[in-house]
Amino acid sequence: MLWETVRLALTAIRRNVLRSFLTVLGVVIGVAAVIAMVTVGQGSSQQVASSVESLGTNVLIVRPGTQIMGPGSRNSAPPFKLADVTALGDLPALEAVAPVVTTSETAVFGNMNRMTSVTGTTAAYLDIGGWELARGRRFTSVEDRTGANVCIIGETVRTALFGATDPTGEKIRLKAISCEVIGLLVAKGAGSFGQDQDDIVIMPVRTVQRRLLGSQDVSTIMMQVAPGVSSDRAIGDIQALLRERRRISLGEDDNFAVMDMKELATMLNSVNAVLTGLLSSVAAVSLLVGGIGIMNIMLVSVTERTREIGIRLAVGAEARQVLMQFLVEAVVLSVLGGVIGIALGLGLAYVAAQFMAIPFTPGLGTILLAFGFSAAVGMVFGFFPARAAARLDPIEALHHQ
Amino acid sequence: MTGPLIELKGITRHYGSGEALVRALDGVDLAIGKGEFVAIMGPSGSGKSTAMNIIGCLDRPTGGSYRFNGVEVGTLDQDQRAILRRHFLGFVFQGFNLLPRTTALENVELPLIYKGQPRAERRARAMDALARVGLQGREHHSPAELSGGQQQRVAIARALASEPMVILADEPTGNLDTKRSVEIMELLVRLNRDAGLTIVMVTHEEDMAAFASRLVVFTDGRVVRDEAVGERVG
Repeated sequence: MLWETVRLALTAIRRNVLRSFLTVLGVVIGVAAVIAMVTVGQGSSQQVASSVESLGTNVLIVRPGTQIMGPGSRNSAPPFKLADVTALGDLPALEAVAPVVTTSETAVFGNMNRMTSVTGTTAAYLDIGGWELARGRRFTSVEDRTGANVCIIGETVRTALFGATDPTGEKIRLKAISCEVIGLLVAKGAGSFGQDQDDIVIMPVRTVQRRLLGSQDVSTIMMQVAPGVSSDRAIGDIQALLRERRRISLGEDDNFAVMDMKELATMLNSVNAVLTGLLSSVAAVSLLVGGIGIMNIMLVSVTERTREIGIRLAVGAEARQVLMQFLVEAVVLSVLGGVIGIALGLGLAYVAAQFMAIPFTPGLGTILLAFGFSAAVGMVFGFFPARAAARLDPIEALHHQ
Repeated sequence: MTGPLIELKGITRHYGSGEALVRALDGVDLAIGKGEFVAIMGPSGSGKSTAMNIIGCLDRPTGGSYRFNGVEVGTLDQDQRAILRRHFLGFVFQGFNLLPRTTALENVELPLIYKGQPRAERRARAMDALARVGLQGREHHSPAELSGGQQQRVAIARALASEPMVILADEPTGNLDTKRSVEIMELLVRLNRDAGLTIVMVTHEEDMAAFASRLVVFTDGRVVRDEAVGERVG
């Protein structure tokens, strides 16, 4: 009997395909939006997680100013110098310390060129950042110290300048300097914010400071906590050392900030979760609107089919059978909308994932939830019109025009 | 069970109240036996349609007793009356009342769906009923593709399909020309005579009433005439 009713509902829906489609459009959009939001949200959390993993464990970064991200007073805070890096390197709580200065420069080889990001640092940066070399070698300590004209390039830069050929031993030009490519990094892919991590040229810090920036400042210091030391203890040691070096008196606030990368990832993820939740609930509102659309059209349908209802009652349909007929029709309608919405949402999420360079991770749970939700919408909003149909008086219904 | 199939005793049906009280039926006594073909006539507003609705269990009387096949049915609730209609009553209306955009076969199957019959059996019975009204080969036509007389035949087939004890026909020829009307009446007479089906028919045409074996005339909510009539040979 239920299957019979479902078939009847499908017949009624087919009879007016355009109207049925427009009726469920709200549900389609609502479900598609929820699915797309949640899938993209999950993808970007996964992205954050994997990029934190690729950083290596227990990485801390310190920057002048009071905040790592967002509006800070970095400009008013004195910058770090290489001497600070050396001093931090003496802390037993830290395994490795690397200065980081960055700039953007056009790298030229032959008639090829690419605007890329240039990072000035030391060999320790490769360990802290979890970078591996596909070819060539790292900077030697002499090259680090003297600021030699050597560089290690990322996969994106290599492809742009050299294609598939081996770049090591070749010389590329950055501004006025000509530097020898001594290494090629293993590709890492996109970072937490969708940036291309392989679009990079790494040079000794002194080379970048002198030849490209003309400044002795160090904008960021990256550190790796020694094994067996908690990051809290390491942060405490770093803060004590830097406060002393920067002559911050007791009771005064730090003019630098130490950030645990794990913490940053957690923070990013929670921001991500809040955003996903917020956008999904906005999308869920359109599901509600879609439900009202279904209720509206079902009421119209009950009025239009009053005579049909009268006939059914006359030949012996019970009120609950008429109720079921219209309820099933509403549920079938909204479930169809849900299915279209799921397909559309997954498609959107897939395109977005490609565009944002994040993994495409469709969740079965999300899909089932959306399916169930659309069925529930049909049930809730179909009930009132169905009850209106079931309560019709057979005599009046039969004489309805 | 002996005694009449349909037995109305002191049936009243009132609409409204106070000043606006309308006594559509004002004490109707009527007994119809198994196998009878009764024509109900009367001017409009005489209560004949109200009486039909009560006999057809579509409506409930305000007062009095209505026994169908010996069982008091005047007090049944809506769903109980639906089940009664499903098993014992078949309806034929003036306006045919077929489902539009639905084939003749599916229209005839409709009451059988509510009787819970399996698909194959339903189909076979519906085909059989259509054959009985002379519509073999038209099973897959929709009402719009059939003439008025054919549509009324589909409606009669639908009433027959559930093998009812009574067929209630409310102005079955009201929308048809004389030739089609006579064909429909001849069909009803045949069903009455050959299958022993009890038929109660409301009509305002004397010619059509003449096909019945008994004539009941309503005026002002009461039965004012009740007599046997000569049956015209179909």
